[in-house]
Amino acid sequence: MYKCNEITDKLAKAIDYALKRVDERTVGLLERARAEETNRRAIWALDQILENDRIAAESDCYPCQDTGIAMLFVTLGSEATFDGDLAAALEEGVRRGYAEARKSIADPLTRVNTRDNTPAVVYHDVVKGDKLGVSFLAKGAGSENMGGVRMLTPSKGRQGIIDAVVGVVGEAGANPCPPVLLGVGVGGTMDKACVLSKRALLRPCGQAHSDPSVAALEADILSAVNALGIGVQGLGGNHTALACAVETCPTHIGSLPVAVTIQCHSVRHAEIIF
Amino acid sequence: MEIIRIDNAYDVTALKAGDAVEFSGTVYTARDAAHKRMTEAADKGEPLPFELEGAAIYYAGPTPARENEIIGSCGPTTSARMDDYTPRMLELGLRIMIGKGKRGNAVIEAIKAHKAVYLIAVGGAAALIKSRITACEEIAYPDLGCEAVRRLTVDRLPLLVAIDSRGCSILKA
Repeated sequence: MYKCNEITDKLAKAIDYALKRVDERTVGLLERARAEETNRRAIWALDQILENDRIAAESDCYPCQDTGIAMLFVTLGSEATFDGDLAAALEEGVRRGYAEARKSIADPLTRVNTRDNTPAVVYHDVVKGDKLGVSFLAKGAGSENMGGVRMLTPSKGRQGIIDAVVGVVGEAGANPCPPVLLGVGVGGTMDKACVLSKRALLRPCGQAHSDPSVAALEADILSAVNALGIGVQGLGGNHTALACAVETCPTHIGSLPVAVTIQCHSVRHAEIIF
Repeated sequence: MEIIRIDNAYDVTALKAGDAVEFSGTVYTARDAAHKRMTEAADKGEPLPFELEGAAIYYAGPTPARENEIIGSCGPTTSARMDDYTPRMLELGLRIMIGKGKRGNAVIEAIKAHKAVYLIAVGGAAALIKSRITACEEIAYPDLGCEAVRRLTVDRLPLLVAIDSRGCSILKA
């Protein structure tokens, strides 16, 4: 049986830690971009980003002031049991994990701040067994605001998917803090594609899909996006995006949903197994 | 890149899009919620929290300061969210805007009309920028939390001129 107070403690610690450093794999991609980049303005910005990420890790402070809306992807074994309310335990973990962070959550209509960064956005996957795992993603508004979903007709096919992603990223321009990571969800329904685009970002940053045909699509999207020339912070150059991850799911014979989540370079996430 | 040192007294019309600058002096933080209140106050003829004539505004909402810290992490937020209020703010005397990302055409026209300048900081460089802030005082709208108006003293804040006073822009999209 899982103890709810232990779930809260572990989640809170993991969130606090994750918010204070940029994902190592992303830093590796930023370093590679810096080594390859030739645009002097892009280099000016990349040097600051890398220095910033070093300062944050060394001084245990937030690399970005937008500590985001908390997203939790819960993997829940159908035989798992709890000594209390799991939903409340997770919520409290988010509250405590954000104790020192910025409180960025407000009512959408009144704009009154909830003052503790809750509620989180929570998705559940029910699986066999008694496992409990949580993937945490801090989603900042600058990049989140620039995502999009396109309901294509099936005739648009693979090229249509690439064009849709390029369209969303092109429209976003300098706003989502490029260089970005792209999460792309293809298939399902409109909402399912959106969730897939978020789940795609949970994959280790820069790791290609295990299916070679999906991996090839990821590579083609990345090249097409980088050909836009938006570049780091919209200053030009070859690094608009550092990586692209695609997740797919069967869809209706009449549909081809494509959702794009843009993630800024300040990637902060955690994987917690309870 | 050659770095131009500027302060509050610098003639911003001398800056060209693409110039790299380091700004030292006073900036006021304000995000969309504070812009809404300030423009509403100006429309009603009420006093503003600070003198806008010649002022520099930094679009930012920091993380809370820890004990013995001047301020928390404090990078720029997306400037486009301020676009609806910006022409009015420029009319009221605002001269320097610091943020990240692109601006709309109405803002670019107002920048030209009022000979102002739009500078960009690096989005996501909040810990680096925090280290360049030497003083911070909350001066208005404390109920807005991180969105309150703060007077910051900054030392060598690294910026690029994104849109100059002639309306020329370096942003690619």
